[in-house]
Order: sequence, then structure tokens, then C-alpha cells
Amino acid sequence: MPAPTLPSENPAAAVASVSGYAIEFDNVSIAFDEKVVLDGISFQLPHGETKALFGVAGSGKSTLLKLAMGLLRPDSGRIFVLGEEITRMSEQELFQLRRRVGIVFQESALFDSLKVYENVAFRLMEERFSAEEVERRVREALRFVELEQTYDMFPSELSGGMRRRVAIARAIITGPEVLLYDSPTGGLDPVTSNTIVELIVKQRDVSKTSALMATHRLQDAFTMATHQFDKATNQMVVLPKGQRGEVPLSFLILRDGKVIFDGDARELATSRDEYIREYIS
Amino acid sequence: MAFELELISPVEVAKGYVLAVQEYTLLSAQSLANFFRRPRYMGDMLQQADLIGVGSLPIVILTGLSVGALLALNAASTLQRFGSITLIGQLVSIGMVTELGPLITGLMVAGRNSSGMASELGSMIVTEQIDAMRALGTDPTKKLVTPRVGATAFMLFFLTIIADLLGLIGGYGVAHLLFGVDTNQYWTSVWQILVFRDVFTGLVKPVLFGFIIATIGCYYGISTRGGTQGVGRSTTQAVVAASVLILITDFFVTKLIFAIFGYR
Repeated sequence: MPAPTLPSENPAAAVASVSGYAIEFDNVSIAFDEKVVLDGISFQLPHGETKALFGVAGSGKSTLLKLAMGLLRPDSGRIFVLGEEITRMSEQELFQLRRRVGIVFQESALFDSLKVYENVAFRLMEERFSAEEVERRVREALRFVELEQTYDMFPSELSGGMRRRVAIARAIITGPEVLLYDSPTGGLDPVTSNTIVELIVKQRDVSKTSALMATHRLQDAFTMATHQFDKATNQMVVLPKGQRGEVPLSFLILRDGKVIFDGDARELATSRDEYIREYIS
Repeated sequence: MAFELELISPVEVAKGYVLAVQEYTLLSAQSLANFFRRPRYMGDMLQQADLIGVGSLPIVILTGLSVGALLALNAASTLQRFGSITLIGQLVSIGMVTELGPLITGLMVAGRNSSGMASELGSMIVTEQIDAMRALGTDPTKKLVTPRVGATAFMLFFLTIIADLLGLIGGYGVAHLLFGVDTNQYWTSVWQILVFRDVFTGLVKPVLFGFIIATIGCYYGISTRGGTQGVGRSTTQAVVAASVLILITDFFVTKLIFAIFGYR
């Protein structure tokens, strides 16, 4: 099924303002109540690339995303987002930067007292856009995730998959330069998961948005590695055999708070590490 | 089956309390500073004023009337013994305006709204809605805390005036119907006994109590940990802490005003 058009197809926005990496972690550590969750994490996310973040439950994937968003502060190390060191920023400065970054939370985190359109429009209303502009863009974003009919509904009236798609609409409505997905397909049926993966692939290939995607579903990442979004047909298509893995997608695997793999699909497939081989088998 | 009891160091407990006081102070200061920073959420403040003010009106009317009537009823027997039943208006007036009006209204609104704020914000914490708000570039203290603080302080001021008036009416009902005090005599004594200090005391307190109710409710809400059980715990703690703090503040404010204006 062809996916509808993007609310904000602006590839230039993704690469215009910055030099260096979209996200860079430099020797980042964090512990909660003396339990070390991330220990000396370093990696870079180049512009326009999607990095799939793997690890068993409790390995620190969500923590890593919250650190990248500045929602948590590391105990040590430095984090750069869109060329700015967020570890040195005050909360007020972070509010400005966060407007250029979108995030989809694990449980959607929609505002349950607001209707779907108010959730999706939240950032636009904060920036005092006109009512007509807000409605136009909200409808466009909801059409993108194929949920325009939910415009006037409350989150509690939606299924888990629909809530996740509304969360995606909320994250992309302002055309962010970086997107963070926290288990976007977790707990969803295969059909809905596929729809969400298609949305992520489209965002990657058409808008060239850099993204960090925490997941434990290897099949989602492999779909992303073997498919690309075809603008002409407006749908996700399988890459020809020789080109599979030739998409801006890399993998990062966490184990016991450390990075044990950071590379592309080909390097992952040829890794000799026993844990990794077992993980991907 | 053996249970292991984990002993917590008193130093850690003390540190925890100091940290809580520090965090509460910071949140309170921030909520005040936000009144002078943009963006200002007037719509949210009006919505909260409606929820807190209009929503609390029935309970304030009921308690105001009851407390005034009870005050008159209890005082009347003693006053009658000394043949001073005509002073009942003065007693109800001083009692309601300076002390019982602000205090009872504060405690009622604390019970109703501190818990409401703590549970609402606590639920938002456990469902990551506060994190989502921060991620969307919005300061939760500006959007959620400051409107509640402003609305509670503003509405409690007017709720207290309503409670005072209803307390006086309740007192009048008892004095007139049960003890035959003349209407004109009652209302004249009510009016004449009040001096600037009394009215000032009675109107400063609700503003302070409103600030306490909202900041305590919001503080316990946004420091909620531990899922739905944590939300329940925060709700209870917010009501207890707000009520205790209102009583303590009441004592010190009264003492301070006496020190400034002198005793009656």
C-alpha cells in the first residue's frame, strides 16, 4: 500500500545548519543507585544515517536515547547533538535545541487529557502558529501516519499501534533534523510493525533525517537494511540483491553497559563475536 | 523463610530530607520566577482557576456556614453566662476573618486540590508525559506548575472572602434564631470590631496558603517514583504536608503580624 506524502519533506533542513555528526557520544557513563547502566559509551551518528540500537531488556537503550535528548544528564563524558555540546547546556538552552529533535517514546507518552489533534499540534501551538496553519499541518501529519480519522479522538480511544503512529506524527510535524525512536514497534502486531517501519524508512530516505532507533526486533532493522523508499511509487520497495545493505543504516549493540558492536549490516553479518552471532541468529 | 532487613543510615535519611527541601525550594522559586518570563500560559491558568476556584466553591460554602454557626453556638453559652450575648457578633467576626476563614478554607482546598495536583502530575510522570513535554521543548514548570500556583493563590483569596462572609451569616443564624440577638446589633458589632490588621491578616494568609497548596501538590506530583503505587503515595503525602505546612505557616504569620502591628 503506498504511503501518503510527508508533512515536511525538507531534506535540506536535515543537513543545512551543521558540521560534524548529528549525534556524538564521547565516553559517556551513567549509573542509577550505584548500578552502572552505561559505561564509557562512544559512537557517532553521521547526518542522514539511521542507527539501530540493540541490546537485551535493561541494557540501557532507552537511557541512551534520553541522554541524547538531554532528558538525563550523564555522570561523565560528553554528548554532542547537532554540533552542540548538550552536557554543558542549561535546561532552558536545551528547550531550544529539543525543538530541532523529535522523539517517539516507548509507550507513546501522548498527553491523555488532550485530543489527538492537540497532541500532534502541541509544538506548533507552543510556537503560536495560526489556527489554520496548525490544522493544515496536523491533518497532513495524521494523513502521513494514515490516522486522519482520529483527529478528534482521545488517546485512550486508540489502539497501541495507533497511539504509536500518533506519536510519530507528533515527532515529525515540525520536520526535525534528528529523530529518536524508543522501541517504536515494541508490543505491536507484525502488520502494524511493518507500517511503522515503512514510516521510519520513508523518513530516512525522503527527508534524510538522522535517526537513532532503539529496538530489540532484529527483523525491523533487517527490513530497513534491505528496503528503500521509492518516491515515484510512494512505497517501500526491496533493494536489488547486490545493493542490500547499501542504505544509510548502521547497527550498535550494547551489552553490560558497553558498546560491543558499531558498524554496518555487512560488518554485522561477518562478525565473529560469539554473543553477536548468537544475537543475530 | 528468613527476611533480610536493610538498615538505612540516619545520615542518608537526613540527606534525603535536605535534598527534598532543596528541590521544593527550587521548584517554588522557579514557579514564582516564571511569572516574569515568557511564554505565559494564561489559558492554563484560567482553566486551573475554574477547576480550583469554582470547583471548590460548594465545599467552601458548606464549611464556611458550618464553622461560623458552630463558633457562635459554642461561644454563646459562655457569653450568656456573663450576660454578654450581644458580643457574639464580635467573636464570630474576629474568629472567622483572622483565623478560621483562611485556615478552614486552606485546609479544605489542600485536601481537594493538593491531592489532585499530585495525582495528575504523578500520573504524567509515570507515563512519561512530563518527559514528552520536555522533549517537545516546553518547560513543565512554566506550563504545569506556575499556572496552578497563580490560580490557587488567586482563587483562595476570593474563596476565603466567601467563607468569611458565609461564616458570619452562619453565626448570625445561630445568634438570631437560637439566642434572639437583634439583626442590627449583630451586624454592627461584626463590622465595628474589625480593624485594618484583622482584614490584612485574613487576606494575606490565603495567598500564602494557596502558594503552599499548589507548590506542595506539584512538588509531590513531579517527584513521584514507583508507578501507580507511587502516585497514591504522593497524593497522600501532598495532603499531609500541605496541611501541616499551612498550620505552621498560620502560626508564624499570625505571630509576625502581631509583632508588626502590635497586639489588640
